Amino acid sequence: MIRDFASADVTFLLLATRWTILLAVVSFFGGSVLGLLIALMRVSSSAVLRWIAMLVIRVNQGMPLLLQLFIVFFGADMIGLPMTPFMAAVIALSINAGAFLGDIWRGAIQSVPRGQTEAARALGLGYVARMRDIVIPQAVRIAVPPTVGFMVHHIKSTSLAAIIGFVELTRAGHLINATVFEPFLVFGIVAGIYFLLCWPLTVASRRLELRLAQPYRR
Amino acid sequence: MSYTFQFADIWAARFDLLWGTWLTVRLSAMAMALSLAFAVVGAFLRLVGPKPVQWLITAYVEAIRNTPFLVQIYIIYFGMPSIGIRLNPNSAALAAMVLNGSAYAIEILRAGIESVARGQLEAAQALGLNRAQTFRDIILPQALRNVLPPLESQFILLLLASSVVSAIAANELTAVAHHVSSETYRSFEAYFTAAVIYVLLTLLFSVAFALINRLAFGKLDRK
Repeated sequence: MIRDFASADVTFLLLATRWTILLAVVSFFGGSVLGLLIALMRVSSSAVLRWIAMLVIRVNQGMPLLLQLFIVFFGADMIGLPMTPFMAAVIALSINAGAFLGDIWRGAIQSVPRGQTEAARALGLGYVARMRDIVIPQAVRIAVPPTVGFMVHHIKSTSLAAIIGFVELTRAGHLINATVFEPFLVFGIVAGIYFLLCWPLTVASRRLELRLAQPYRR
Repeated sequence: MSYTFQFADIWAARFDLLWGTWLTVRLSAMAMALSLAFAVVGAFLRLVGPKPVQWLITAYVEAIRNTPFLVQIYIIYFGMPSIGIRLNPNSAALAAMVLNGSAYAIEILRAGIESVARGQLEAAQALGLNRAQTFRDIILPQALRNVLPPLESQFILLLLASSVVSAIAANELTAVAHHVSSETYRSFEAYFTAAVIYVLLTLLFSVAFALINRLAFGKLDRK
């Protein structure tokens, strides 16, 4: 044992948690923009756009996130683009979240009855107005619970940034454990912090789902 | 931007990559089989076990589902030796995958069990079946059928998650790709090749699952 686990280590972990949160928030935002685009492409009337969106979703869901991280991180380096671990993590996590959210939101958009789109069209609304004012507001209701559920998955995914050397919560735990050799204590605290971040979202997602199912319950 | 792709070094390492792929498949398949076995017991106990056991299983499921897989791997890989259990990276990887997979499988089975119509349970009781018989002969077969699609997604997620065990130097596909990359400096090519293999594996497993579904439940559909 080099030194004992001290309260400074807890502070270090908490400070590193900020990076986990920042990474999760920034890449979730990036993923939302991308996800909206993919969802709209997926339900568009152009077969080419639908096909491209489907390919993006399929490839993303069939490939480990860790490899996407490696490809962005080491790949960018190869073609001479400067890349920090944080940037690589943001890009890879955004693309990954974009594909998942795109698929979730496609389902939500498609669950809005067709009559709504047809009525909007009959009223002479253009594509943007139809989506923005009629379809998406109704789709949001259905999309919220699975989206909140995905946030949990997304927060957990940020831990992979540790493997390419970004010092977020997991990496911080790894560094501390390398000096104090208290794996259960250190990673127990790390796991506890993740749990505190994720659990409220899990509960919220479940509640929202129940509330949404209420009108259909007997 | 004058990078030329060269796959010659990757081709030279093809047997290493294939061996890594095989380990990935084995790890995933074993983890899934063990998870499913544990989950059947877990889901049963959660349903009919004594209250403290039910709480314990719920706590386990929630703890696993709300913490990252990588942290679970670290706890097992670094933690086990500290209590005197030495694990090589591949066994630690399998243990972590089973620990993780079981929690998700329990949750999936629970949903499947709840989806079995109540009348089935009442009919079983009316016929005088006891709890174990009801679970084994009435609920479980119907539940398994309902849960096959979510289990398939879960299996594919487990297959993809297996790449994370490369972090503890288990020598599966991602670790091999990492190794090839650092030896040949052909990072993009190495990871791209591994990515293609993963996509092919997930497609292959989708087909396999469709076949299992046909073989196991095809008879029920024909009625």
